[in-house]
Amino acid sequence: MRVARQIGQRLVTALPSVAGVIVVTFLLTRILPGDTAAYFAGPAATPAAIEEIRARLGLDQTLPVQFLRYVGDLARGDFGASLTTGQPVLADITARLPASAELVLVALVLAVAIAVPLGIIAALKERSLIDHACRVVATAGVSLPVFFTGLLLVYVFYYILGWAPSPLGRLDVFASAPPTASGFFLIDSLLAGDVETFRATLAQLVLPAATLAIFALAPIARMTRGAMLSVLGSDFVRTARAAGLSPNTVVMGYAFRNAVLPVITTLGMVFSFLLGASVLVEKVFAWPGIGSYAVEALIASDYAPVQGFVLVMAVLYLLLNLCIDILYGLIDPRVRIDA
Amino acid sequence: MSAAGISEARAASGLTATLQHARHVITENPVTGFAFALFLLLVVTAILGPSLVPYDPLATDSSASLRPPSARHWFGTDQLGRDIFSRVVVATRLDMIIAVTSVAVVFAAGGLAGIAAGYFGGWTDRIVGRLADTIMAFPLFVLAMGIVAALGNTVTNIVIATAVVNFPLYARLARAEANIRRDAGFVMAARLSGNTDLRILLFHILPNILPIMVVQMSLTMGYAILNAAGLSFIGLGVRPPTPEWGIMVAEGAAGIISGEWWVALFPGLTLMGAVFCFNLLGDGVRDIVDPQRRT
Repeated sequence: MRVARQIGQRLVTALPSVAGVIVVTFLLTRILPGDTAAYFAGPAATPAAIEEIRARLGLDQTLPVQFLRYVGDLARGDFGASLTTGQPVLADITARLPASAELVLVALVLAVAIAVPLGIIAALKERSLIDHACRVVATAGVSLPVFFTGLLLVYVFYYILGWAPSPLGRLDVFASAPPTASGFFLIDSLLAGDVETFRATLAQLVLPAATLAIFALAPIARMTRGAMLSVLGSDFVRTARAAGLSPNTVVMGYAFRNAVLPVITTLGMVFSFLLGASVLVEKVFAWPGIGSYAVEALIASDYAPVQGFVLVMAVLYLLLNLCIDILYGLIDPRVRIDA
Repeated sequence: MSAAGISEARAASGLTATLQHARHVITENPVTGFAFALFLLLVVTAILGPSLVPYDPLATDSSASLRPPSARHWFGTDQLGRDIFSRVVVATRLDMIIAVTSVAVVFAAGGLAGIAAGYFGGWTDRIVGRLADTIMAFPLFVLAMGIVAALGNTVTNIVIATAVVNFPLYARLARAEANIRRDAGFVMAARLSGNTDLRILLFHILPNILPIMVVQMSLTMGYAILNAAGLSFIGLGVRPPTPEWGIMVAEGAAGIISGEWWVALFPGLTLMGAVFCFNLLGDGVRDIVDPQRRT
């Protein structure tokens, strides 16, 4: 009950951010280069047609009126239509979102699974070889252009070694997608009991997910190491050691449980990087997610999908940060979520 | 330290002391020294590169397309037979200009907004804070994409987008630092002697927080280069045939699955090296300017 109220309070504090995001995306639609109405009317339009479109889009109204219209459209789920696909933007994005979500979540799990143990070991063996390795990985990780890492992995694992399938989308062109339940091919294929498709999906997913994970490793590993170092030096860990608890209990039960909080905080920043980097990775691997959708639209100067994409990404990011805050409150009862 | 040493240290003026300290940091930490050397190489390449390269970076030669690296073409040639080494070298100037300009713009805009917010407090503070929060509510690369899409697909707008997404970092740092000094003795003295707020901001507070801001600048240069290269990789800003590292990697992407690794590898490695150099340099500059924050 108390948790539910805390979550409600945290939702309220997110409202100004949501308002800010909507204002910014609205402004982005109004500063299009040139005359927006002429743009939407197309190159062969007559002045009369342009005026008609201007009236239909509401561009002849004052800015505040236009803003209210925009908010109203958003509330009805009307993000405009894509000129290239001819579909409503919201429908396109909903259809493509699972592909992006699957990629980013698998990458995050992979990054956490590698970076957290690496950070813990680096902190336990400070100034050892593994500690230095951890630091090199962390500095190199933030310096790697993610699209370049992706191409390197493709070259090594597809072209030279032939281990990975061709980097073209979520499934081989000849394979059929599993029946849609969650939109996540990994889960759907398991639900359908189709082991072959599961394997194929996993094979396609490994390289793009690894590319993103390498990128996300660095901040997580660095933060885990730092947090563990400061906790390991604290009094309660010394007391636990002096009391004769096994090293394992001290490290995992006492130190790590306290070090995990700052690590979760970093996840917010990591998500910002991951969502941005996923656009580049989707382009490299021809991944049919919302990032490549936005890139295709950008190249074709098709603005409605890009604006829809920016809005959806911002809302996703807000929701993820909300989840992190709630998780934080659940793990550490001292933290009041609304604080 | 001997008595002579102490008097010597005292005699050294501020500038010489800084230079001595800089030399100490560079020589003591070989990694920082290496980063400084690499940085010098980048600057020299950016200035002299176009007049040193063996081939015209735009000249196509269909008889020599997709040649692997050789003595004639150190980095090989691309689909149109252009010399990749020449293109990588010439691209340095454009990439550096984009990064330096965007960092300079955000330093001026974010820094001044932050100082004003920290010094005046109240509404100024609230507006700047809300602006920074709103920008931070977006995944930064996604917002940069949206800005370039809205303002138009040009190099100038890449610079603006990169500056905007970095705005919160600078504004928050400058705000915090100015806020600490708002009621410091030297500020009160300046106010008592009749200086205007603007004068105090620009001539008393700004010089004091400059070192910390400079550190921030060198730490964000690497990110600025990555951001710009990422945008041009997806086809924003820089147009072909202009040589730029991000777009060159994009041009070589198709070759990766058919074995022409050199088209994407060399611009990619150069980009990586430049970012790595700036990240190391950032740590080095922090050691020189702000020794207390050494890690």
